Amino acid sequence: MREQRLLGLNGDEAAAYAIKQVNPDVVAAYPITPQTIIVERFSEYVADGLVDTEFVAVESEHSAMSCCIGAAAAGARAFTATAANGLALMWEMLYIAASLRLPIVMAVVNRALSAPINIHNDHSDSMGARDSGWIQIYCENSQEVYDACVEAWRIGEHLDVQLPVMVCLDGFTLSHTMENVQTLSDEAVREFVGERPYIKVQGHLGEAEFRLDPENPLTMGPLDLYDFYFEHKMHQVEAMEKALKAMPQVDEEYAELSGRGYQLLHPYEMEDAEVALIGLGSTMGTVRYVVDRLRRRGVKAGMMKMRVFRPFPAEQLIELLKDVEVVGVLDKAMSFGAPGGPLYEELRTIFYDAGRQPLIVDYVYGLGGRDTPPRLIEEAFEGLMEAKRRGEVVERLNFLGVRW
Amino acid sequence: MTEAKPGWRELPFGAVPYKPSLEYHTGDWGVERPDFDLEKCTRCTLCHFYCPEGAIGFDAGYPEVDLRFCKGCGICANECPVEAIRMVRKG
Repeated sequence: MREQRLLGLNGDEAAAYAIKQVNPDVVAAYPITPQTIIVERFSEYVADGLVDTEFVAVESEHSAMSCCIGAAAAGARAFTATAANGLALMWEMLYIAASLRLPIVMAVVNRALSAPINIHNDHSDSMGARDSGWIQIYCENSQEVYDACVEAWRIGEHLDVQLPVMVCLDGFTLSHTMENVQTLSDEAVREFVGERPYIKVQGHLGEAEFRLDPENPLTMGPLDLYDFYFEHKMHQVEAMEKALKAMPQVDEEYAELSGRGYQLLHPYEMEDAEVALIGLGSTMGTVRYVVDRLRRRGVKAGMMKMRVFRPFPAEQLIELLKDVEVVGVLDKAMSFGAPGGPLYEELRTIFYDAGRQPLIVDYVYGLGGRDTPPRLIEEAFEGLMEAKRRGEVVERLNFLGVRW
Repeated sequence: MTEAKPGWRELPFGAVPYKPSLEYHTGDWGVERPDFDLEKCTRCTLCHFYCPEGAIGFDAGYPEVDLRFCKGCGICANECPVEAIRMVRKG
């Protein structure tokens, strides 16, 4: 394990600091609350000559993602960061980045989508982008943000994967809250991320590295109708499957370097848990605190933190949750008109034919940054225990912390 | 749809076309082609630069169209300052 330095960083600063150490070729970004600090800090690094990065101050998020796509297609390492409406403005380009298989890294500082306008945290922005073909990592604290911003390059650029990666961090709760963060040296980070590797493809003049090079021309993503489009989508299906295997490999290497290993899922007190909550992001810190409190009272409560939502680690989840009696899902986004939130729907889907399944209850919570104190998490656990007593779920879809 | 197309596992990765555009003859989309009146032509080269397909080349300084790629759009005829290009039916 390498020597590390303890810094006081908020989530945004942790992202900017990690990206400074990675020293990407291009950063194209447009500031938007609560992501702004990332862009500010990084432009300071550029102004101070601490990085070799070409910083492009674009006029919109659509341009930011377009710029990253162009840079990554030319073989560069490209980074951007955004939030909420900025991510929404990138929409069409998100799909293009993923289907052209460009390993761009983007920090998404999760914020509620308008209207009404709201700058605070929920997951409606990145959950809406869950089908765009990007890998999604959700962070619980600033340390995880730092580590994910280093690891993301190796995950996205892995030769079996070649996909863009979103590092999602909760707006304000993480982005503006200073925490202790263990950081590696610049050398250790640069050694870990190395140079971007390229897959080999057939270009117009024979075998070529997968990047736009006038000396060895190739065409990326031209017209592709009913006779080929479907086949190219299969490549993306396969890449996501392979990412499930590649991510733990990269993680193991990172753990050797930093002493911090993450994996796809973080079970907590799950060995004998009868009731458990599953969710993503910073709220899981509160859930862990409540689990400890309930355990002291003799309640067999547990928690399953999902670090990675795309690809969805279905098999592992079935294995880890099949013996729990009642699972509550914490969804920080609502899919209007759907049976429940996005995590709830996927969790119920994977258990449909799993043979053995827990009762599953959805708790949509925290929309627009609505505070979620331990009291509310306890309320959710009480609901789970009630379902356990009855042996059935009364209300499948619940709204935690809303006024009636 | 007459040729057998490769399955997804055989296709190049990253939506790179499995054959270069030189092998994809888009000229057969077109109905018309340019007919050059070399008596009027001043060899100004504007037709070459306006052609969106890069299908107009030169033979001894005079324009020559590559019908494998000409889609018959007529931009060359429209832009020719001396009206030396007339669009006629292909075939």
